[in-house]
Amino acid sequence: MQIQGKAGQRPTDVYFFATCVIDQFFPGAGMDAITLLEREGIRVHFPQEQTCCGQPAFTSGFPDEARKVAAHQLTLFPENWPVVVPSGSCGGMMKHHYPTLFAADPARKAQAEALSSRIYEFTDFLVNVLGWQPEDKGSNCTVVLHTSCSARREMGVHLTGRQLLGGLNKVTVAQQDHESECCGFGGTFSIKQPEISGAMVEDKVKSLKATGAERVVSADCGCLMNILGHAAWKDEQEGRKTPSLPGEHIASFLLRRTAK
Amino acid sequence: MSEHALNFMPSEGFRARAKDVVENPFLRQSFRGAMDFLINKRITQFPSAEELETLRTLGEQIRQYNLGKLPALLVQLEENLTRNGIKVHWAETPDEANAIILGICQKHSAKLMVKGKSMVSEEIELNHACEAVGIEAMESDMGEYIVQLAGEKPSHIIMPAIHKTKEEIAKLFHEKVEGVDYTDNVDELIQIGRKVLREKFLVADIGLSGVNFAVAESGTLCLVENEGNGRLSTTAPPVHIAITGIEKIVEKLDHVPPLLSLLTRSATGQNISTYFNMISGPRKADEKDGPTEVHLVLLDNGRTQAYADEQLRKTLQCIRCGACMNHCPVYTRIGGHAYGTTYPGPIGKIISPHMLGLEATKTMATASSLCGACGEVCPVRIPIPDLLMRLREESFSEPHANPTMRGQGAGYSRLITMIWQAWATVYRSPTLYRTYSWLASRFNWLTPANQGPWTSVRTPLKPAPKRLRDLLKDKS
Repeated sequence: MQIQGKAGQRPTDVYFFATCVIDQFFPGAGMDAITLLEREGIRVHFPQEQTCCGQPAFTSGFPDEARKVAAHQLTLFPENWPVVVPSGSCGGMMKHHYPTLFAADPARKAQAEALSSRIYEFTDFLVNVLGWQPEDKGSNCTVVLHTSCSARREMGVHLTGRQLLGGLNKVTVAQQDHESECCGFGGTFSIKQPEISGAMVEDKVKSLKATGAERVVSADCGCLMNILGHAAWKDEQEGRKTPSLPGEHIASFLLRRTAK
Repeated sequence: MSEHALNFMPSEGFRARAKDVVENPFLRQSFRGAMDFLINKRITQFPSAEELETLRTLGEQIRQYNLGKLPALLVQLEENLTRNGIKVHWAETPDEANAIILGICQKHSAKLMVKGKSMVSEEIELNHACEAVGIEAMESDMGEYIVQLAGEKPSHIIMPAIHKTKEEIAKLFHEKVEGVDYTDNVDELIQIGRKVLREKFLVADIGLSGVNFAVAESGTLCLVENEGNGRLSTTAPPVHIAITGIEKIVEKLDHVPPLLSLLTRSATGQNISTYFNMISGPRKADEKDGPTEVHLVLLDNGRTQAYADEQLRKTLQCIRCGACMNHCPVYTRIGGHAYGTTYPGPIGKIISPHMLGLEATKTMATASSLCGACGEVCPVRIPIPDLLMRLREESFSEPHANPTMRGQGAGYSRLITMIWQAWATVYRSPTLYRTYSWLASRFNWLTPANQGPWTSVRTPLKPAPKRLRDLLKDKS
C-alpha cells in the first residue's frame, strides 16, 4: 500500500461523526470507514454523545429544532482534529449551514465556524488529506457510482469518489445517464411528495441498472436508502429473489477491494 | 383581492396534478426529452466554466447593486421615461394593472390588442380582463399563440408550449384555424401561424409587450425576443403598452450587456437572441413609423414584500431565463401546469408566494428535494434552495404578529410542530437518543412493514440489529 500524505497535513487523530442514518441503518458502512482509516494508521475517535447533525429539521422548515440538535454536536469535538463524516449531505449541513444556523448567537457561531473548517467528507479526506491511493486486491468487476447532490453541489467533492474508484485497476466504473440528477430522496420530500420522489427514484434506478453494473456504490447512505429501497421493492414486485441492484457505501467497497 | 385570485389555490390539488403527469409515460418522456435538449443547448454556450462563473458573479452583483438602489432608480426611470415621452403608470395589484391597461384601450376605442410575449401579462391575467370588456387580446409569440388557441396557460416561461408535441399542434391548427389542412410539418405550421399573425399586426389598435430590462439613466425599455413579433407589437400598432415588474430595472446601459448575455445563453442556449429592441419613446414629429403613444405599467404584486426582507429580496434578482426549470428534476417530472401558478418550477416556487400569499402556495416549497440544480445554473446566483427552506419555515411556523409574509403560518400544524419538537428533544439529548435508538434496534422486528408514502415504492426501512456504537463497543 502506497501512502502519500500531503506534507504537514497528515493527521494522527480524527473524529468520526457517523450520522444517525449510519448509526441506526448502515452500521457496517461506519465500521468499514473506521477500519479503513485505522488501517492507515490514524486513531479514530467516536464521541459517544453524538446523535444527528440536525439536517432533517433544518431542511423541513424547523430551524429552531435543528439549532437545538446542532448545538449539542458543536460541543463534541474539543481537540483540533479533523472531523470525518461519511456523508456529503450531513457533512454539508455541518460545514456550510452550521455557521448560518448560529448567525444570531456569536459564541456558537464562532464554534460553528471553527468546526466547519475541520469537517471533511470521507472520500475527500481519503483523497485530499491522506493522498490515499488504493491498491486493488479484488477481481474484475463493474460498479456504478451515485454521488449525492450535497456532495456534488454543497461540498464540491463529486470527483473524489470517482477518483478513488478509478485507482482500483480491476474495477470498471460504469457511466449512467443523467448522472448528476437527484435520486429523489430529499429527506421529508420523499414523504411529502411521494409521487414525484417515486418518479425520480424510479428513473434513477433504471439508469443505474441500464449500465449493467454489478452494484451501485455511494458515499451517502440517505441516497442508498432510497435507491436500494426502490430497487428491492421493484424486485419484490417482479418476483426476483436476488437483488437486481445491490449496493453499499463506498467505504465498504473500498475496504473489501483493498483488504490484504 | 379579486374573486379570481381568491379562487386560485395552486396548493390545492398540486399532488393530484403531479401524480397525473408522473403516471403518464408519454408526458414523462416528452418532458425529459425537451429538458435534455435545453440543458445541452445551454452548456454548449458556456464552454469555459471559469468564464461562466465569472459572468454569474457579475450578473449577481449587477442585480444586487440595482435592487439596492431600487426606490431611487424607479424615480429616475420615471423621470427619464417621461422626458422621452413615455407615460408611466404604477399598479400595486393585478386588478389595478388591468384597469390601467383597459383604460388606455378604451380611450382609443380599441377592439384588438396584439401581444408580444409577456409573463407579467399572464401574471395579471390580462387576456381574461380584455375578454370581459370585449377586447380581443391576441398572442403573437408562436408558443403563446399555440397555448392561447388551446385555451391553456404557458407551461414554461420561455417556451410556453413546451408541453405540446407537433402532432398536437397540427391537430389544434387544423381544428382552430380556418381553412387549414392537417400538417405536422413544423415549417409549414410556423408559416400558418405567421400568416394569421401578420394580418393582425396591421390592424391591431394596441400592441402590448413585456420588458426585460428598464434602464433608468436613459429611460430605455429593452426587449429580448426571437420571432420579431415583439418588434412588430411595439412598432406597428398606434399605441404600445409595456408592462413589467418593478424589479426589472437597471441603472446604467452598461449593466445590460452582461445580463443579456447571461439571459440568452441560459434560456435558449443562444449566444444572442435574434432581436433585441431598445424602446426609448413614441414616434417623433419627423419620424415615419412607430407608435404615437407609449405607456409603461410598473407592477408590484407582492414584489415589495419580498424586497423588504434581506434574504427574500434575492428572489427579485431573477432575469426570467427559465434555466432553473430546465434543470429541475421536479419540473422535468411534472411539467409546468401541475404547479398551478403563472411561474412554474423553482423560480415559481419562490416568487409565487409573494404574489398569491402563502395561504394559496403553502405546499409549493415542499415540492423540492433541495438538490440544488437550480441554484447551480442560476445566472444571477439566486440561492433558490435556501429560499425554499426559508419559505418552508414561513409556512410551517406558528402564526405570529408582524409576519414578513402574507399567509405566514398558513401551513402551521400543531401536531407536526410537536413531532419536530419531540424529535429535537430526543436528538439533543445523548441519553434519550441512545435509549430510543437502542430500542429501535433491539425491537427492529416491530418495525412496521407499511411506512406510509415511503413504502409506496420502496421496501420498509428497518434499523440494523446493532447500531454502529454497539459494533464499536463489541470490537473494543
